[in-house]
Amino acid sequence: MTELLQADTVPLVFAAVAVFCVTVYVLADGLDLGVGILFLAAPRDADRDLMMASIEPVWDGNETWLVMGGTLLFAAFPAGYYILLPAFYLPIMFMLFALIFRGVAFGFRLQATRFRLVWDIAFFAGSVLATFCQGLILGGLITGVPVDNGMFAGGPFSFLSLLGVLCGAGLVGGYALIGAGWLIWKTDGATQVFAREIAHAALILTGAMMALVSAWSAWSVPEVAARWFAFPNLALLAPVPLVTLAVIVALWRGIWEGGQARTFLLALALFALGLVGLIVSLWPYLVPRHVTVWDGMSDPQSLAFLAVGIAIIIPIVLAYQAHAYWVFRGKTVHEHGAYGGHAGS
Amino acid sequence: MDAVALSRLQFAFTIGFHILWPTLTIGTAWFVTVLSALWWRTGNTVYRDLMRFWMRLFALGFGMGVVTGIVLSYEIGTNWAGFSRSVANVLGPLFAYETMTAFFLEAGFIGIMLFGEGRVSKGAHFFACLMVAMGALISSTWIIAANSWMQTPAGAVADAQGIYHVVSWWEVIFTASFPYRLAHMVCASFLTCSFVIAGVSAFHLWRGQHVAASRTAFSMALWLALVLAPLQIFIGDMHGRNTMVEQPTKLAAMEGLWETTKGPAMTVIAWPDMAAQKNFYAIDIPHLASLYLTHSWDGQVQGLKAVPPQDQPNVPIVFFAFRVMAGIGVVLLATAITGFVLRLRGRLFTARWFQFLTIATTPLGFLAVLAGWTVTEAGRQPWIIYGALRTADAAAPVAAGAVTTSLLIFFAVYNVLLLAFVWFAGRVALKGPIDSSPVTREHPGMERSTLGAFTTSPVPSPVRGTDPARA
Repeated sequence: MTELLQADTVPLVFAAVAVFCVTVYVLADGLDLGVGILFLAAPRDADRDLMMASIEPVWDGNETWLVMGGTLLFAAFPAGYYILLPAFYLPIMFMLFALIFRGVAFGFRLQATRFRLVWDIAFFAGSVLATFCQGLILGGLITGVPVDNGMFAGGPFSFLSLLGVLCGAGLVGGYALIGAGWLIWKTDGATQVFAREIAHAALILTGAMMALVSAWSAWSVPEVAARWFAFPNLALLAPVPLVTLAVIVALWRGIWEGGQARTFLLALALFALGLVGLIVSLWPYLVPRHVTVWDGMSDPQSLAFLAVGIAIIIPIVLAYQAHAYWVFRGKTVHEHGAYGGHAGS
Repeated sequence: MDAVALSRLQFAFTIGFHILWPTLTIGTAWFVTVLSALWWRTGNTVYRDLMRFWMRLFALGFGMGVVTGIVLSYEIGTNWAGFSRSVANVLGPLFAYETMTAFFLEAGFIGIMLFGEGRVSKGAHFFACLMVAMGALISSTWIIAANSWMQTPAGAVADAQGIYHVVSWWEVIFTASFPYRLAHMVCASFLTCSFVIAGVSAFHLWRGQHVAASRTAFSMALWLALVLAPLQIFIGDMHGRNTMVEQPTKLAAMEGLWETTKGPAMTVIAWPDMAAQKNFYAIDIPHLASLYLTHSWDGQVQGLKAVPPQDQPNVPIVFFAFRVMAGIGVVLLATAITGFVLRLRGRLFTARWFQFLTIATTPLGFLAVLAGWTVTEAGRQPWIIYGALRTADAAAPVAAGAVTTSLLIFFAVYNVLLLAFVWFAGRVALKGPIDSSPVTREHPGMERSTLGAFTTSPVPSPVRGTDPARA
């Protein structure tokens, strides 16, 4: 086992697992952060009840992938953990504060009567802020962090970049799009109409920001431009933006027509393509242009111990998370007050 | 303050706040599981009402635990990068296993536990509760394995750069202090919850409401407390004697023992002065510490002065925190025994002074847990890995200003959260297990339960649908 793991392919396997975890996190928490982003835009309180009820049983499982991403980084690629986390100290802290507020809003909003609006706002603002902070981190990662002697060597605001702001806006739009797609799928009536309407705005924001982020990172980070525009790459990578464009067109045309799950699934596909683009831009770096995945990984015996758990447990986890979605399949019916169907009376 | 001191303060505050919620939810998850099983097997609606009631309180605490726990998994990197670099090979996999085996298990079944009643069978609901409760226990096992490794490291060696490499996973996980710490914490959670359940039930008995359900819960909780309170003191004693062997300086700080002594006295109370390296105003009971620490009249116990002052923890903090914890343990034991005596005399449900007493004990378990973790964590200082890596060398290259900002926000946010939790959970708790008889709807937005209590509810939405539980 250990010998097998000393091969050069090992970091590739773990990088693939890490990418997988990030993807699942972005797609899964994207849908409930997205619902949060749209929360105050919904016209009626009844819509908000339904929107929250549609994600209530699954949000915790979705957010656990964020913890998984963090712990996997710590366990498999510690250099990424101890260099990048201090580098993004402030956006990470603000993301955590935001996640705290939106997380507790689930429970407290159910119990609240007079101050419901406070928890509505907490849920909305928490979702937007957490998403925007993730964008700041992403943009800062592409721009690069200062590293000296194997540790972060910048100041508290060196994470800040124009690219980060663009990524933040793009992620807000993108999560809102996934959230709208989810609502089209999981609700009907007036809430569904609202979701279809707002999906257009979300799609415009997402598409515009994807184009801007791509252009600006190629312009401002020469290594990224070199990766995409050098010769054989240009031909090989051309399908990525082209397919992305096709998905955007299909999304635009399918919001009112087509199957009810279509917008949701296409929005997920759009995000997956964005991630592919990101990996193309950054590979093989863990800390861009400083530490590669080969240099930043942990000991073979630690990876071997970890691999056993990942191989056995992650498939089981995926199976019962899918089961949890299955139990709550179909259109969400709002039974107000919830736990045991019987609160607030 | 410098970034290290600020980071320590922030970590102590955030982890201290976090530990309250696992303490509450480990025990209540098992209580709900037991009630779900009883409801499934007996069909007695008292168990169902109690299950739903405690599930609501559990859900609020669980949400707090999740969001405050995510913070910790990132703080280890953001604030303790030096530590992360040093121990990633050792502790990284333990944290990853905690996420995979515990957090996902809880997250996968919490939806079915809280919202699935009516959608899945009673047996499946019990299974979901059981998985959530198991997840809570598995989580404590991994995290206490990681903490115990920091207290009593084994199974890994450090290289010239100070990076640890694992030699034996078995030794990393099953360190010398691990079984004692795990047993002590899990028992603490169950004991705390038994007094929370007893306290809330006592409130309803005192008010004369929800009598059948509250008597059931009160009785169950006090039976549990009668077993757990003495058991916890027994485990605590074993844990203390393990600390004497493995971390003698910490034990000396707990006891306020400066000189290495044969047959040391027990210091009931004193002011340990670190500058003078001695106790002032001490009240001692001769040879007693020797009896409970070494089980002999003249056993030798190492004192604080065996190490230089810069290797000693903050003695007053450890000394007083230990007394708070142990004192609360004695109070809880006395309460549990009093309950047993009243039960034998058939006055358990009628003695009103005892209802007051149990209401007063409700928060004590949490205080004891905080005090206990203060003993074990402050007692490990100045080391982050006992005897190997100093806390001062483990911090991250972050600016003091950034840490001050986050610390202040944490302080504000967590206080708001605590207030909101006390407000909402308090309201649910004081309202009590809901009478499951049918509810009559008189006019929109107002519902009246059979008890005659009016509550407002949001305007009914057109998508409300049928509610199986209310039918």
